[in-house]
Amino acid sequence: MPTFVWLTVVTALRILQRNRLRAGLTMLGIIIGVGAVIAMVSIGEGAKLAVQKQIASMGANSILIWPNYTVVSGVRGSQGVVITLTVADAIDLKKKIPLLTETGWSRSGSMQVMSGGRNWSTTVIGASPSVLSIRDWAYSSGGPFTQTDMDTAAGVALIGQTVVDNLFEPGEEPVGAVIRLKNVPIRVIGVLSPKGQSPSGSDQDDVVMIPFSTAERKVLGTSFLGSVGGVFASTDRTEDVFDAVEQIREVLRSRHRLQGNRPDDFNIRTQIDVAKIQEGTSETLTGMLLAIASVSLLVGGIGIMNILLVSVTERTREIGIRMAVGAKRLHIMLQFLIEAMTLSMVGGGIGVLFGVTAAKLTSIIAGWPTIISGKTIMTAFGFSLVIGLFFGLYPANKAARLNPIEALRYE
Amino acid sequence: MAPLIVCEDLWKVYRVGDVEVQALRGLSVTINEGEFVAIMGTSGSGKSTLMNILGCLDQPSKGRYQLGGVEVERLLPDQLAEIRNQRLGFVFQSFNLIPRTSALENTQLPLMYRGLSLKEQRALASAALERVGLKGREHHTPTQLSGGQQQRVAIARALVTSPSLLLADEPTGNLDTRSSDEIMAILEGLNHDGITVILVTHEIDIAAHAAREIVIKDGHVLSDRTVHDRAHS
Ligand SMILES: Nc1ncnc2c1ncn2[C@@H]1O[C@H](COP(=O)(O)OP(=O)(O)OP(=O)(O)O)[C@@H](O)[C@H]1O
Ligand SMILES: [Mg+2]
Repeated sequence: MPTFVWLTVVTALRILQRNRLRAGLTMLGIIIGVGAVIAMVSIGEGAKLAVQKQIASMGANSILIWPNYTVVSGVRGSQGVVITLTVADAIDLKKKIPLLTETGWSRSGSMQVMSGGRNWSTTVIGASPSVLSIRDWAYSSGGPFTQTDMDTAAGVALIGQTVVDNLFEPGEEPVGAVIRLKNVPIRVIGVLSPKGQSPSGSDQDDVVMIPFSTAERKVLGTSFLGSVGGVFASTDRTEDVFDAVEQIREVLRSRHRLQGNRPDDFNIRTQIDVAKIQEGTSETLTGMLLAIASVSLLVGGIGIMNILLVSVTERTREIGIRMAVGAKRLHIMLQFLIEAMTLSMVGGGIGVLFGVTAAKLTSIIAGWPTIISGKTIMTAFGFSLVIGLFFGLYPANKAARLNPIEALRYE
Repeated sequence: MAPLIVCEDLWKVYRVGDVEVQALRGLSVTINEGEFVAIMGTSGSGKSTLMNILGCLDQPSKGRYQLGGVEVERLLPDQLAEIRNQRLGFVFQSFNLIPRTSALENTQLPLMYRGLSLKEQRALASAALERVGLKGREHHTPTQLSGGQQQRVAIARALVTSPSLLLADEPTGNLDTRSSDEIMAILEGLNHDGITVILVTHEIDIAAHAAREIVIKDGHVLSDRTVHDRAHS
């Protein structure tokens, strides 16, 4: 039997080569289907990993609360006029909600930063020391500021890699250098490890981070002491995030005296929400592409079945000859099944090449990350084999059931 | 001499639309091992129908057919395939070679279904082709061979399995006199080696190669005579 199978594969390849155009057209559906599956899964997996990385960079269990200034127009008109979120809110949340491991707060603004002769426009964030741990910042050199720096409104800063690149010569040591924000001298005490882009596309490394008190009193200024741009909180465990969000809402509504159905004057977002939105869009896309791929594979399968039925008819006499010299039904059946599978396998192979090329091109042209895994390729390839087997079954069976004498007489 | 073929009261009825064609009407014949039999008869008398039944390609509508002691008429398709593969060689008027496939591969075909290794297949097929005088033509495809050469490939394919019975339905029907003589010489040689040969022909000088001549008319045996004693025991 192994010799028979091997010889039949060789015969199948020869027939395929003889009818190259016909075989090519037949395989088109499989090629497109397999190609689409591989391209789609590779792009999808790449996108998923990128989102996961971004989420990790934001601190997976972190919760962000920021004021909603436009709840009642006219009363809460513009930023800085009516204060809705304060340092006191942040401290009270931590006190009242045991699920929260920490709360922090920050304010930010755009500002020119200077060092020596250079200057650079960046985002200055005034943050409580806890923000650093909530958002999982790491340091490529130096280290964080402390509660003492906070208490004394010390002129110290942590700067992101983008700022380092724009203010310092390559090789120059930023830690210990003095930079200026609005003519206030600030000593660099640490460089933040690069985080890359945020899910919304902004550069998370283009940042100068200073103690909240320093920002409030010396750098950014404020019209109301204790007003914050955002409150950060985090929980120990990811599954507690949603409970924590509910409790935060309750505490803040009561502190802000929001009764009945008056809307919140703050917004809460978790990293899980962000992840959900991202996953949602990528799942929709994946679903659509999968549908296209399935239809394509189905069409490919039907194409194979069609061409095999033609082949069985064309080669009826040959089938008769084979039967006359002793081929059993299984032999005839296997012959056509092997032909179907050869078609779908060659189609699948070409499809793999197309898919991988498409994925690579996408990542080069569109700049999307792609992950081409061996598992994806094997699955797509295996699938094309199954298609060949499934759609080859009917024609193969039809051939095997021919009566030898009728097959031999067939004109 | 033991009987190789025993046919008793064979009937073959074809139905085409409302018309019933009785191709065989109670034909009985016994053929011994090692015989060289020529079957003759007018066109439409039922010669091919009988050959197809003897060759296990077709089955009778009624009657008994015993081949080498095996009751054939009740066998399943795969069992018939087994008999065709193990014991029979069939040569057709129209050669019936697989197109675009080399002489060697055509000859290997029955051995492939026997499950022999490629090496054994090649060796036996080459020997068979050499026997029919086609050494050096192993890699020619049917279109690259003359009619006589194609028929010799078909004979090589029939004898490669060392069958006990070789059936040839008008093997020289499409050939000129010279090619016919070559084919007949090969068949005689095979019979000489002990293979039972049954041959259908319209030509008296072809039939003259056989030791026994059976004439069929309207689906039954009209005459059955031993022409001269050349059969082997
Ligand atoms: N498949 C078939 N369907 C219907 N009738 C058939 C079929 N095969 C043969 N016949 C009929 O059976 C009869 C015998 O045919 P067969 O082919 O055996 O004749 P033959 O003796 O071989 O003739 P020839 O010398 O022309 O080859 C003929 O009348 C033919 O029409
Ligand atoms: Mg005939």
